Amino acid sequence: MSAHSPALLEVTDLHVDVAGKAILKGLNLSLAVGEVSALMGPNGSGKSTLANVIAGRPDYVVTRGSVRYLGASLTELEPEARARIGVFLAFQYPVEIPGVSNMEFLKAALDAQHKARGEEALSAVEFMKTVRGVAATLDLSPEFLKRGVNEGFSGGEKKRNEILQLLMLQPKLAILDETDSGLDIDALQTVAAGVNRFRGAGNGILLVTHYQRLLDYIKPDTVHVLADGRIVKSGDHSLALKLEQKGYGWITDAA
Amino acid sequence: MSESSNTIDALVRRDYAAGFVTDIESDTLPPGLSEDVVRFISARKGEPEWLLEWRLAAYRHWRSAPTPKWAHLHFPPIDFESISYFSAPKQQKDRPKSLDEVDPELLRTYEKLGIPLHEQESLAGVAIDAVFDSVSIGTTFKSKLAEAGVVFCSLAEAVHEHPALVQKYLGSVVPVRDNFYATLNSAVFSDGSFVYIPKGVRCPMELSTYFRINAQNTGQFERTLIIADAGSYVSYLEGCTAPQRDENQLHAAVVELVALDDAQIKYSTVQNWYPGDSQGRGGIYNFVTKRGACIGKRSKISWTQVETGSAITWKYPSVVLRGDDSVGEFHSVALTNNFQQADTGTKMIHLGRNTRSTILSKGISAGRSQNSYRGLVRISPTADGARNYTQCDSLLIGDRCGAHTFPYIEASHPGAVVEHEATTSKVGDDQLFLCQQRGIDPEHAVSMIVNGFCKEVFRELPMEFAVEAGKLLEVSLEGAVG
Repeated sequence: MSAHSPALLEVTDLHVDVAGKAILKGLNLSLAVGEVSALMGPNGSGKSTLANVIAGRPDYVVTRGSVRYLGASLTELEPEARARIGVFLAFQYPVEIPGVSNMEFLKAALDAQHKARGEEALSAVEFMKTVRGVAATLDLSPEFLKRGVNEGFSGGEKKRNEILQLLMLQPKLAILDETDSGLDIDALQTVAAGVNRFRGAGNGILLVTHYQRLLDYIKPDTVHVLADGRIVKSGDHSLALKLEQKGYGWITDAA
Repeated sequence: MSESSNTIDALVRRDYAAGFVTDIESDTLPPGLSEDVVRFISARKGEPEWLLEWRLAAYRHWRSAPTPKWAHLHFPPIDFESISYFSAPKQQKDRPKSLDEVDPELLRTYEKLGIPLHEQESLAGVAIDAVFDSVSIGTTFKSKLAEAGVVFCSLAEAVHEHPALVQKYLGSVVPVRDNFYATLNSAVFSDGSFVYIPKGVRCPMELSTYFRINAQNTGQFERTLIIADAGSYVSYLEGCTAPQRDENQLHAAVVELVALDDAQIKYSTVQNWYPGDSQGRGGIYNFVTKRGACIGKRSKISWTQVETGSAITWKYPSVVLRGDDSVGEFHSVALTNNFQQADTGTKMIHLGRNTRSTILSKGISAGRSQNSYRGLVRISPTADGARNYTQCDSLLIGDRCGAHTFPYIEASHPGAVVEHEATTSKVGDDQLFLCQQRGIDPEHAVSMIVNGFCKEVFRELPMEFAVEAGKLLEVSLEGAVG
């Protein structure tokens, strides 16, 4: 990364309330273009809140601080506007949209993003070809694409479907909110392979996770530990390994 | 939370696209209803004596009939003396012999509505009977249908051309005294479509009627009669629009379907009468009686409706399953927005042995609207082996609307199998957020979610109608979020 170009994501002194309760309490975090960061921490520390507030979920109120994306403030933008400039959130609990096929949903998303950026829409044929190809790399059959969005999907299918969307939409900033939770080892490897295929010099990834296990497959450049609404420790991959051995107590007690 | 609920609430605001008025000279009776009015209508159509007497009997009964009060609808009493019971575009005195003779202004109206009236434009192969205010304007594809022996014309024409069929079946499914609005219709019905499919004929194209109320202070009372003779098949489509006016207009139609042995009738409606403005002013009062009789063995009648319009909808397309092994189906999408009220559903009356019925109802409420499903399943003691399956799903958009389900089950046969499933869900903030997070704007997201919810019903519609229905939902929902 160059010292002169703005960070992909720059979170400064961020305070966030959810339902009147302070969850983030002065969080600072920076992610460079090309960087993969793991965000770890105990339950209730605010990891998912950070992920959602960057994506613009309406119930999350920023009371102080800023979230900047490539140098520009994100907090005033509608969620769809953030998506169209390259912010992507892989959901921890992807919701069902019955009757809307996965394919239809993906095409609508892709078309909306292309249109907003003044790019030409993919033809139906190109789209089908691309999406089938990408789906196959995630062990998702063409039949799967015809099913309703997350409708009756298994836990693993839902998570793979999030990665399918990631690969199709090619955002600049990908936030993966506990994408590893509820996955067996085979599914975990498939998902990780998808993320590694996405990973590149032109984008950045924020991996929200409880477990170091995921980081065996997706090697992070940096690891941050979040506790009680703040980043309390940062380091490299070895920090995650240490956390696995010793738990969070030694950090959170010190903080 | 509030921000996204506001989003949802504001998504249901948009102008009614079919709300224009056509400036056309018409003959309109002064308001009010009397025996003279009934006689005038009948004379104007040159009807035979029996039909005049039939109308008069209805009129006399109507005078003392009570208005139904049981529906979950609220509206001031209708002043039946302030309504005009007949309006016709002037030229109709000399009914056009072909479409070339039809008032070009009228044809432009239908063009605006997107109806391909000219045969050469009707690439879709849909034969259309268009009812403008009270009279039928022109029926396309006559010759091709005639080759197959299919009769498709206005009811007024059928009275003269096919008197035996009309006299035998008119009122046979919906009797004159059936209910207040049907009785009123029997007295003053102006026109409508008539279809006869001969024995063993599969109608070579979809038949279609478009209804349009144009004149002010006019009630529309059309009447449709479809007879499918033994072993025949017909698919019939009905579309409705009306101009935007501040006062309420009454629409009280009757549709009767008759299916003989092994005959099948598929009747699809896309109803988009003017629903009133966002404050609840104006709009059509739609009080319609639709019923089919499966009088033949192994006959089948299936109703599919997409209801997005009208200030008030009161409508229960029903099937009387008289023939053994006959089948009745009802597939419905009813969408209400702003101050619209809908009380709609069906009746499945099982009389014959091994009769089967399926009810699939999807209600969508937005704005401050109220949407009720009301359905009756009756299994009579004679209906050995009868089965019914009912599924009612309601979708709420925002938190100021209402969804209600009133199922009535009367099973007088110990062997009856009646299943009922009902669900209510809300267009979730989570669903909306997922769509937005992928770059889809909230309006499009809501229409996609709603279309997905209705998919099972849209599948039942003929292709062109399914596309139209999807678009219509989108338009009707605009402003529901935002």
